Parts: sequence; C-alpha cells; structure tokens
Amino acid sequence: MDIFYPINCFSAWVSFSLLGIAKNSIFGEALIFFITDSIKIAILLVAIIFFVSFLRSYLPPEKVKKVLANRFEFVGNILAAMIGIVTPFCSCSAVPLFIGFVESGVPLGVTFSYLVSAPMVNEVAAVLLLGLFGWKIALIYVVSGVVIAVVTGVIIGKFKLEGWVEDYVWKIKAGSTAVEDTKILAQRIKEARQYTFNLFKNIYPYVLLGVLLGAFIHGYAPENFLASLAGKGNIFAVPLAVLIGVPLYSNAAGTIPIVKALIEKGLPLGTALAFMMAITALSLPEMIILRKVLKPKLLSVYIAILTVGVIFTGYLFNWVM
Amino acid sequence: MEIQVFGSGCPTCKKLYEMTKQAVLENGLNFEVKHITDVAEIVEMGLLRSPALVIDNEIAVAGRVPSTEELKEIIARHNM
Repeated sequence: MDIFYPINCFSAWVSFSLLGIAKNSIFGEALIFFITDSIKIAILLVAIIFFVSFLRSYLPPEKVKKVLANRFEFVGNILAAMIGIVTPFCSCSAVPLFIGFVESGVPLGVTFSYLVSAPMVNEVAAVLLLGLFGWKIALIYVVSGVVIAVVTGVIIGKFKLEGWVEDYVWKIKAGSTAVEDTKILAQRIKEARQYTFNLFKNIYPYVLLGVLLGAFIHGYAPENFLASLAGKGNIFAVPLAVLIGVPLYSNAAGTIPIVKALIEKGLPLGTALAFMMAITALSLPEMIILRKVLKPKLLSVYIAILTVGVIFTGYLFNWVM
Repeated sequence: MEIQVFGSGCPTCKKLYEMTKQAVLENGLNFEVKHITDVAEIVEMGLLRSPALVIDNEIAVAGRVPSTEELKEIIARHNM
C-alpha cells in the first residue's frame, strides 16, 4: 500500500467536501494533484535533508580526503562516488576542494569521481524523485549517477591527464589546520536542523511553483501531447532535453514536479531522466569555477564525458522501459 | 583580534561576510572583518569547505552559515 494514501484522502476531502468542487472535474483533478504533491514533498524534503545533513556531519571533506588519499584507482573511484552522494555541494567549494584533494595525494581520477557524484547525485532531486515517481526511479537516478561518476573518473585517471590541470595547482602547499570535528551529538543535530530549515525555506517556494505548473499541465494539457513531439521515436529528444537542462541548475526543485506531469503526457522516462541529470550535473556556474583549476582541454573532456554519460543513460532507459 | 571570512565569492560566502560584520557591530566591537577570496590562500589555510570564519588563525566555522546569534557568541568567546 502507498504510505502516502492518507495524504491522497486528505486532498480529496479538501477538494470535494471542504471546497465543494465537482468530482472528476478538471479543476478538481488539478487541485488534488497540487495538494497531494506539495504535502508529500514537504514531508520528504524535511525528513531526508535532515537525515543526510546529520549523516554528513560525520563525513567532512577533510575526512573524505584522508580516506581517498593514495587509494588505488577503481576501488577509490567507487568509494569517491559513494561518498559524493551524501556530500553537499556548493559550487564555490569546488576549487578549494579540488586543490586540497590532489595536493594531498588523492589521484586525479578519484577526485573527478567525487567531483561528478557530489553535484550529480543531489539529495533534493533524489527526494523529489522518490516522492513523485517512487523508489525505483529514485534508485535508478542514484545508481546511474554513481556509474557515470566512476566511469568519468576511471577514464580521466587512465589517460593520465594531470598535465591538463593548471600548473599553479601543484605548487600550492595546503595547510593542515584542524577543522572542528569533535562535535557532540546535540551539536550535530542542531546544525542539521538549522541546515534543513534553511534549505527548505530556500527551495520550497520553487517546489510549490513547480507543483502548481505541474498540476496545471496534469489537468489541462491534452493526453499524450508530448508522445508525438518528444516520444521515443524522436532521436533528438534526449540531447535536446540535456541542452535545456544545463542552464536550469538552481531550479532542480521546481523542475522535477513539472517533469512528472510531462511524463504523464507522454514524455519518455529516459528522456526525463537525462533532463534531470543534466540539471544537477552539468551546471554552467560550476564549469566556470572549475576553469580556474582545469586547463580548457581537461574541462572539455570533463564536460564531454558527462554529457555523453547523461545522454547514454537517457537512451538506455528509453530503450529498456 | 583578527577576523577573516574565507570564500571564493559565492552568494553564501558573501552572506557570511555580511553577517559577521553585523555580529561584530552588534557585539559593540570595532574590528575589521577581512574577506579573503583568493583560492590559494583558502587552500593554504587548510580549508576544503567554504565559506569559513577564521578568528586569530583558528577555524571557527567551516562549510556553513551559522545564525547571527551563534556568530555573536563565537566572536564574544574569542574576544575574551
């Protein structure tokens, strides 16, 4: 049984009994969609962001760096990609993190696995997928993100592209100032709560806007109107979805509810998945920041592997589903 | 007392810088708050996370923006 069944009942009650909207009306359908999804996502966001931020207080980058230093390739890549799942990623941390990692002996490829997985497997996106599409799709999203991160790292490691990193990076000597790591449990919980509250406050308006638009599409767009436009038959749909996803970085929270409605109207799942991965992984601001440490050649390789990976995932799921 | 905010210039980093200046003022203190955006300096400090608040070469906050109350308390603690 769906654990969110009570929420469905509640929104049906609000729409039909409280507001007296006719059953089976288009407006009623759209309203139920809106109420159900906005409550469901709010609950999931708070629960999962809190859990992830609590967990991550035990995995600060300083510790990650120690775990990954002098690791063998491959095992290191997998480990880095897994750790990347729970790590927060503010694009402004990318450069100090990158330099700190390679400087302390984390192999370049392993650093890249982490650098791909941290933004790509984004907990907010995972929450939204879990709430709106169920655990299977959420799991597919996380697993394909990890696979792309490992592959990217292994390729960059294999070709020994260290020379394509800006030269000054290798000259910096990182300090070893210890960062607060002896926090007591209460402090961790307090910080996790604070972080959850702040993040929720920042992204929930976008979620509501997205759900609102999604509800509108759900209620009013004609059935299957996307199937003909961007269906599996159209081979350009996946790359196009990726291209549209690139500038939408900060709006993952608002975009995914819209995508759910688009899937109902015939957008293939793989295309949607590629679109969502492009939003989280291929962000323009991050590319600009990474240019500070990567020579244009390496930056292009990085972007190319990611793009191919995301497009491949899109085709793969269009084909298997 | 030397107060520095490290960050590569992203909105979150600027927010911590503004909040720290505010907290210093509200504590009735008159210290200059420095905003350090040079990546090399950030790394040399041993920081992997930004933004960070460093007081007298000791990392007080890294990778998050605390509340104004907490900032004031941290600054007061270091000023003793």
